[in-house]
Amino acid sequence: MAAHLSYGRVNLNVLREAVRRELREFLDKCAGSKAIVWDEYLTGPFGLIAQYSLLKEHEVEKMFTLKASRLPAADVKNIIFFVRPRLELMDIIAENVLSEDRRGPARDFHILFVPRRSLLCEQRLKDLGVLGSFIHREEYSLDLIPFDGDLLSMESEGAFKQVANMMIRMKREFTGSQNSVFPVFDNLLLLDRNVDLLTPLATQLTYEGLIDEIYGIQNSYVKLPPEKFAPKKQGDGGKDLPTEAKKLQLNSAEELYAEIRDKNFNAVGSVLSKKAKVISAAFEERHNAKTVGEIKQFVSQLPHMQAARGSLANHTSIAELIKDVTTSEDFFDKLTVEQEFMSGIDTDKVNGYIEDCIAQKHSLIKVLRLVCLQSVCNSGLKQKVLDYYKREILQTYGYEHILTLHNLEKAGLLKPQIGGRNNYPTIRKTLRLWMDDVNEQNPTDISYVYSGYAPLSVRLAQLLARPGWRSIEEVLRILPGPHFEERQPLPTGLQKKRQPGENRVTLIFFLGGVTFAEVAALRFLSQLEDGEIRASFSQ
Amino acid sequence: MNRTKVDEEEYWNSSKFKAFTFDDEDDELSQLKESKRAVNSLRDFVDDDDDDDLERVSWTGEPVGRRTRLGSFQSLSDALTDTPAKSYAPELGRPKGEFRDYSNDWSPSDTVRRLRKGKVCSLERFRSLQDKLLLLEEAVSMHDGNVITAVLIFLKRTLSKEVLFRELEVRQVALRHLIHFLKEIGDQKLLLDLFRFLDRTEELALSHYREHLSIQDPEKRKEFLKTCIGLPFSVEDAAHIQDHYTLLERQIIIEANDRHLESAGQTEIFRKHPRKASILNMPLVTTLFYSCFYHYTEPEGTFSSPVNLKKTFKIPDKQYVLTALAARAKLRAWHDVDALFTTKNWLGYTKKRAPIGFHRVVEILYKNNAPVQILQEYVNLVEDVDTKLNLATKFKCHDVVIDTCRDLKDRQQLLAYRSKVDKGSAEEEKIDAILSSTQIRWKN
Repeated sequence: MAAHLSYGRVNLNVLREAVRRELREFLDKCAGSKAIVWDEYLTGPFGLIAQYSLLKEHEVEKMFTLKASRLPAADVKNIIFFVRPRLELMDIIAENVLSEDRRGPARDFHILFVPRRSLLCEQRLKDLGVLGSFIHREEYSLDLIPFDGDLLSMESEGAFKQVANMMIRMKREFTGSQNSVFPVFDNLLLLDRNVDLLTPLATQLTYEGLIDEIYGIQNSYVKLPPEKFAPKKQGDGGKDLPTEAKKLQLNSAEELYAEIRDKNFNAVGSVLSKKAKVISAAFEERHNAKTVGEIKQFVSQLPHMQAARGSLANHTSIAELIKDVTTSEDFFDKLTVEQEFMSGIDTDKVNGYIEDCIAQKHSLIKVLRLVCLQSVCNSGLKQKVLDYYKREILQTYGYEHILTLHNLEKAGLLKPQIGGRNNYPTIRKTLRLWMDDVNEQNPTDISYVYSGYAPLSVRLAQLLARPGWRSIEEVLRILPGPHFEERQPLPTGLQKKRQPGENRVTLIFFLGGVTFAEVAALRFLSQLEDGEIRASFSQ
Repeated sequence: MNRTKVDEEEYWNSSKFKAFTFDDEDDELSQLKESKRAVNSLRDFVDDDDDDDLERVSWTGEPVGRRTRLGSFQSLSDALTDTPAKSYAPELGRPKGEFRDYSNDWSPSDTVRRLRKGKVCSLERFRSLQDKLLLLEEAVSMHDGNVITAVLIFLKRTLSKEVLFRELEVRQVALRHLIHFLKEIGDQKLLLDLFRFLDRTEELALSHYREHLSIQDPEKRKEFLKTCIGLPFSVEDAAHIQDHYTLLERQIIIEANDRHLESAGQTEIFRKHPRKASILNMPLVTTLFYSCFYHYTEPEGTFSSPVNLKKTFKIPDKQYVLTALAARAKLRAWHDVDALFTTKNWLGYTKKRAPIGFHRVVEILYKNNAPVQILQEYVNLVEDVDTKLNLATKFKCHDVVIDTCRDLKDRQQLLAYRSKVDKGSAEEEKIDAILSSTQIRWKN
């Protein structure tokens, strides 16, 4: 049972159990001892669903990573490939199967496609002459992976159309049919990433957001430099420092993390120091425990206190690591430029800081993010400015990036301004995207997650709840893509009587990815609006 | 029956893993039916209620007992395989004619639904163009990439290129899928034909250009790049492509030459600073740096001279000076650095100027551990006083700090700085001298 999934009104543990059961059933189908050959990409998401112990219970004796040429030796009856439906992986699998040692004991092959099968892939296997070698060829629809009590990830590519279509068909299915299902969600909001390309380009400033920006969070895990996490032993003098990165799981099961993850980083320090005092005081209580009863009580609390202390130590170290970055001159300069762009300053000229970054050959991603941010905040760059940046980038990073830049243009992130019109100021003003007086310690508005910039996507969600999108019709028309609203009427018997204190639950579906900062902003919103928000996103 | 035929059958008749439904007796799950439905069983709702639950067919093609709504046909898919009736269970006594009629009844929308479930479907009977297009439209409205691609594979095989292209031109979704499919399977030729037909000339050019990344041999890559020149790129991109070719051409010559020089062991610069990597395929600026490092003094005539590079690729002064500075500073060639910024005006007086701010120059010098005297000289040239002071303090150019504070008549700052210099040093004495000077009207 994963504790972090049970809180909140929608019990996502149920989902997790269901998904685990499917996996167990498949494994039992391939009776006998087995070895799993993993597509590396899947190990992360699977880790959120099942540990090795579960697999062992179903006779999984070995696990390998999918690699070219021959499969490693393993005295098992079954070999099961867990893979995404990608053509290049089919080639590797075929190689594995074909170079199987005929002299050894015969093994049965199976394939599990995650999240679904693909005709293209099976055709490829057929062309390579190995399709018939597989006994069980199935799909495992790991479509919605619960990350936390209020966050789901839909790992499938190309989910967008399916979801939109499903929603509409679902509605059609419901009308007129006997329905004794109580809706769990009151509202469903589908947001395409293209509506708000700006937000992911800006540097996130929440605690979790910064961890992601600097170190990258994958499937709730982060890898950190080990030096700060070496256990302090007396007399050791720091020798034998661990060389492997420290891996930490980050989710709301950890009390302290739940408390600080969504805060603006500048507000984290005071929380940590307060916590330190509380924990110290708690440990000091041992001096006050005199009776056997009191001692017993203290001892029973000990594990919890030790966990809290460990958690505090970890997060203090992480906060220090982050602070090293955020107090650097370069971080400050970068943030200044970002905020200038987002507040609409000088978005139509070549920017000196960006030029310097290119001249000093900073990471290309950093440069591209800034250039794209400028482009989005200007509704596209003036041709001269665009050409200038392009030239500098190609000369510094290589001509092959003509392709990179072209892809960015196709995605709408870096393009020439058409018709000389800049719509961004209108959008910014109407939706109040830039808030000068932001309070990072005790925020009153979602703009705290970017210290001034309110994520466009979340602002839209906020306005939908109150007062409704009719008030921003003109702006919605300027934003890319169509928008529509569908109401699903419920038969009167099923209209849930809202209990006093119970609030509306909204499911927000981000198609194309979401940032941690946006999730933080949504959580903040749900507290503010006395509603409850669940977010789900597709990669 | 031979093995391959069975494989074939098995392939087309293979079982589909049951999509998760929550029809369990398990109490815990049944309590939260609403969340399950809403969140996970979406696919079940989309599937037609009149369609089969689950299709299980054994390897002989015999169905493993389940219901259908079509009478004695045990499995609908059986009806559609190419295997003759005799391989079926004896109960299936339908005459061949009726059998064939039945398969012809599959409408495009039914076919597409079956495809979606991974069930067999022979598309051969869609003979006319109209039928094929109907099939495609059904597939598109299903929003399932797999199905669309499957139909496209069929159309690609059974339609002429021109007809296929013409029809897809007005069907954006299908077109996108075809392009993606062709990219995945690497059918570059057809892809380029398609772009040419659609007059998406720029994509055509870029798609062709992309291929160069998979060519490792420098000569071959160079030849390939040559074929890219003249393709319908945008005007700016065309210039970049030309530059890419020219650059690689030069790099090949430089690389060959330098490798020879290095192995001959006669050239000092290569002996003192052996090359860590080949210059091939490096970006332009990196090449310029290399040239300023190893070939700085060469005249314009050679391919490896920096001046030649500057001229050929029209490198702006700013970029040139920055790069040359970085290279000469790395070699600690301070005279060269000096020369970069020194210009003689018409009176013969020398003056230092820079197309980049001197603060940048200082930073680069500092990064390369330039001696303090050199640093000081350039810090002094920084125009903005605040920046000058900042840098001087940062890089411990005491004289500059002292002089600047004196010029600003800022007593407090000078006092504060006094505590930063070494006790009894010349700088301390200088500060004291200035502080006690009666000629200065301090402002604070």
